[in-house]
Amino acid sequence: MTAKKRVKIIMAKPGLDGHDRGAKLLARVFAEAGMEVVYTGLRQTPEMIVDAALQEDADVVGLSSLSGVHNYFFPRVVQLLKEKGLDDVLVVGGGIIPEEDVAELKKAGVAAIFGPGTRTDDIIKFIEDNVSRS
Amino acid sequence: MFDKEQLKSIKAKKEEWDCGPVEKVCAKFPERRSVFTTISGEEVDRLYTPADVADLDYENKLGFPGEYPFTRGVQPTMYRGRLWTMRQYAGFGTARETNARYRYLLKQGQTGLSVAFDLPTQSGYDSDHPLSMGEVGKVGVAIDSIDDMRVLFDQIPLDKVTTSMTINAPATVLLAMYLALAEAQDVPYDKVGGTVQNDILKEIICRGQYIYPPLPSMRLTVDLIKYCYEYVPRWNTISISGYHIREAGSTAAQEMAFTIANGISYVQACMDAGMEIDSFGPRLSFFYNAFTNVLEEVAKFRAGRRYWAKIMKERFGAKNPRSMMMRYHVQTGGVTLTAQQPLNNVVRVALQTLATAYGGAQSLHTNSFDEALCLPTEEAVTVALRTQQIVAEESGAADSIDPLAGSYYVEAMTDRIEEEIDEYIKKIDAMGGTLKAIEEGYIQREIQDSAYRFQKEIEANERIYVGINKYTMEEPPLKNLLKVDPKQQEIETEKLKKFRAARDQEVWKSALDRLDEVSRTDENVMPAVIEAVKAKATVGEVCDVWRNIWGEYRPKEFV
Repeated sequence: MTAKKRVKIIMAKPGLDGHDRGAKLLARVFAEAGMEVVYTGLRQTPEMIVDAALQEDADVVGLSSLSGVHNYFFPRVVQLLKEKGLDDVLVVGGGIIPEEDVAELKKAGVAAIFGPGTRTDDIIKFIEDNVSRS
Repeated sequence: MFDKEQLKSIKAKKEEWDCGPVEKVCAKFPERRSVFTTISGEEVDRLYTPADVADLDYENKLGFPGEYPFTRGVQPTMYRGRLWTMRQYAGFGTARETNARYRYLLKQGQTGLSVAFDLPTQSGYDSDHPLSMGEVGKVGVAIDSIDDMRVLFDQIPLDKVTTSMTINAPATVLLAMYLALAEAQDVPYDKVGGTVQNDILKEIICRGQYIYPPLPSMRLTVDLIKYCYEYVPRWNTISISGYHIREAGSTAAQEMAFTIANGISYVQACMDAGMEIDSFGPRLSFFYNAFTNVLEEVAKFRAGRRYWAKIMKERFGAKNPRSMMMRYHVQTGGVTLTAQQPLNNVVRVALQTLATAYGGAQSLHTNSFDEALCLPTEEAVTVALRTQQIVAEESGAADSIDPLAGSYYVEAMTDRIEEEIDEYIKKIDAMGGTLKAIEEGYIQREIQDSAYRFQKEIEANERIYVGINKYTMEEPPLKNLLKVDPKQQEIETEKLKKFRAARDQEVWKSALDRLDEVSRTDENVMPAVIEAVKAKATVGEVCDVWRNIWGEYRPKEFV
């Protein structure tokens, strides 16, 4: 058995949206799956989220939005990560996100979007399969 | 209701039945589950009999509609007199667009308005604030100024409709704008009716639209309640909300318990500010969720009414029966909707509407079937409103009061939920009250634990959710979703710039100075807020006055 580095994930709520049931629940589920989780709390700007990723040396950033601002915030976070040289950080998102926006978000560099009703073990599996550990 | 001999005999026969026919059938055909539970995890027995309600003292625990303890409803004739108010929460984009939706809904037979504000408005930021980026006009209408408010209610006479506003931290500001608008329409304050949510504690617990620390926030809450008692007597000054607690994952009993705990804090705060219980008690209102398990919801509403009446009478010494009535609005459960097979949501909402009608609510918002995907389209909103109308006019649920009373199941469940509420209230009292319990993260953790348990049950297939873990199918994505114009922020910013340039700077400045001054004393802020919005101060500018004095709230996170 090889010792795996623990995956470190930032769970973030961009914008003014207060719906954090999903983000908090996933924070708990990820921790139980052996990941190291940092939950930012509400009202995060893209800059704050990227700062947290940098400071925490995160492998993954999870973004949650239920207020319809994903098209603005998610690509902005990806772009800022790139600017800071954090290209290898996996960005995933979830919340109330219409199917027709998903392709655009993926093109912008969000690896996956998990909508309502997604099984948490599917999300964990996706992260484990796609995270790039250095 | 049954004498001792009868009960003894019923109990004995139930045992015979359990050990006889039931056991025999179960040996051959086991039941679907070893334990049956409600969506909240309440265990449900195979069969309820009079033995389960042996202690039911009809006159003391149930009584009559419109009479203490109001278990059976708050009015003597309930829906036989007047149906519940059908009030669809709506708002998006500009004030102009939302005004058009309101007039459409009124034309379709809706009887009250309910304003959804966008998140910048709810957080006390103007549309041009950096934190408003991407949010303007998204989940509600963008209101920055009295001018926006005027457009929002264009051609809607404020003495003919009642308006509910989902606004909390800046509730004083939006109410001030509404009152200023009424004045401009020549409607006197005592003819103005409606509700502001004004419930800051649940924002801190689970909804997230707080601005200031708890204590100054509570002061704004109390100032609004006090002002309306004196000048706007038909206004519901607070809508103490369990809705969002349930959405965040709580059980039915927790929803009711934590809402009542918050209610107790508000009552105490008003009394500490020198108000008489029966002066403000009758204007308190509540707001709950309705999930799909009809009987559990009905029991929750009945238990809550009975418990609140007791609290107001026995704990706070209310004399006026109106102070003891838990009047409430209901919204069907947003989190119960699925993005998968969205038309199924119409059925969920219908059941939730039935639960609300059987439960005795005063008003209802029904969710639209497409809301797990986007803001509702006009078609979806119409179906949602029609659902209420069908339940009201066709099902018969509105024709006899509290028709499920006396059901062994419903009465037993009502008692059980009331006991759970009581346990929570005692625990929170012992912790030193709601603010303490929130500070320590107790309430937040209880809710999160329930959310976690529910998720695990779904994923283990212990609980079935149609379209999620059973009866799933491949389907094309839903088309024609409602889109908010992404240019919204530019439009609002431009409008705001002109508005700021055109106002009388001196009048504006001195109104804000006056507000600053008053806010630093114990004086009620409401008159100064009304003057400020009339002097064309924006929502963000008024809220900034208080940010400068009180600072912003940053909660500890409990994950």
